Amino acid sequence: MNGVHDMGGMQGFGTVCPEENEPVFHHVWEGRMLALQRAMGFTGAWNIDASRAAQEQLPPADYLAASYYKRWALGMTFNLLRSGLVDPIEIEAGHAISPPAKVARVMRGTDVLRAFTRGKFSRDTGTKPSFCVGDTVRARRMNPDTHTRLPRYARGCVGQIEAVRGCHVLPDTNSLGTGENPQWLYTVVFSGQALWGQSADPTLKVSIEAFEPYLESA
Amino acid sequence: MAHDHTDETHHAHIHHDPDQPQEVDEAQLRVRALETILVEKGYVDPATLDSIIDYFEHRVGPHVGAKAVARAWVDESFKRALLEDGAAAIQTLNLVPRIGDHLIVVENTPMQHNMVVCTLCSCYPWDVLGLPPTWYKSAAYRSRAIIDPRGVLTDFGVALPESTEIRVWDSTAETRFLVLPMRPANTESLGEDALAALVTRNSMIGTAVPVGPSA
Repeated sequence: MNGVHDMGGMQGFGTVCPEENEPVFHHVWEGRMLALQRAMGFTGAWNIDASRAAQEQLPPADYLAASYYKRWALGMTFNLLRSGLVDPIEIEAGHAISPPAKVARVMRGTDVLRAFTRGKFSRDTGTKPSFCVGDTVRARRMNPDTHTRLPRYARGCVGQIEAVRGCHVLPDTNSLGTGENPQWLYTVVFSGQALWGQSADPTLKVSIEAFEPYLESA
Repeated sequence: MAHDHTDETHHAHIHHDPDQPQEVDEAQLRVRALETILVEKGYVDPATLDSIIDYFEHRVGPHVGAKAVARAWVDESFKRALLEDGAAAIQTLNLVPRIGDHLIVVENTPMQHNMVVCTLCSCYPWDVLGLPPTWYKSAAYRSRAIIDPRGVLTDFGVALPESTEIRVWDSTAETRFLVLPMRPANTESLGEDALAALVTRNSMIGTAVPVGPSA
């Protein structure tokens, strides 16, 4: 969706402010939130694309006003309610009231290390990629009102296929729970001027990781 | 009026500061309530939550990536393997239980400087760098890295030659990127551990350049 999360190229957010010797967490609750997210992810109640989609559907003002981990809490609340694992009255009360729903599995101590390998998203489909390295492609103009990983700044722009990364789970359908629908994934590189116009830095190149349905021949 | 605009920007910044007490209190209460509900429902185990936090605070971090970079600086065949398949190469160092797939290592050269961003959320190679710093997740970085990377580098005190190509990698899928920075000058006498100590987290994201000992 064309949400405020799709920030590439927006202006007015000011300078980047690195923090010296930044702690892993600034507050104890941030660590708890991260751990809750990981542990709920392990239950299989929803996938990582649905986690991202839940944050993206927050009203833009709420998205921007919330700190990073507060946004996680808001997104998780949305998914807990949608999946029926928690009732609205329980969120209000801050306690469990109704009996639990069934989840596929619960993370226990011995699962922690195993669960901390980044997930594998490539799938063997036996299909052939439509594009090869060096091909000129255009990122499609598309404006789905659901989750997608084609950023707005690239839509309609012409670039080159730089690498073919295999077939990967398509976030657009996976986030909706309508299937992994694996698609060929490419690194597509654009000149700064293709994205930003003639006044762009001539030394700039930007790449996106684009699924085949995001691309057309140019 | 410029004056009004400045005031408004300032106001917005204060209002959105996540460290403001009311924001912290509200978020803290919200997360505490979530944890209570999820534990009472049996969906999560509180001791496991502690282990997860411990993992991210103590086990995983930029030391993993730094070790791989230092090895690449001293061992040409490791460097080739790293650029060929980052996950497989780093796996051989046995620093963490398992590196995730599709870790792509991109090499800085005098001609090309690489920078990594996730404009859509906060995708980051956390198995080799730990959790991302706040600036990486900020609207300022996510919005600006791809349109004004030299400006962003200025925020970090980094100035590159005008002729250097800047390549920004937007992490829009489940591939992850790690920058292999250039080995600094005056480091010929340093061993692998001393070299690894020069490799900062930001240099592996592309917003810093490792600095060697002064000659």
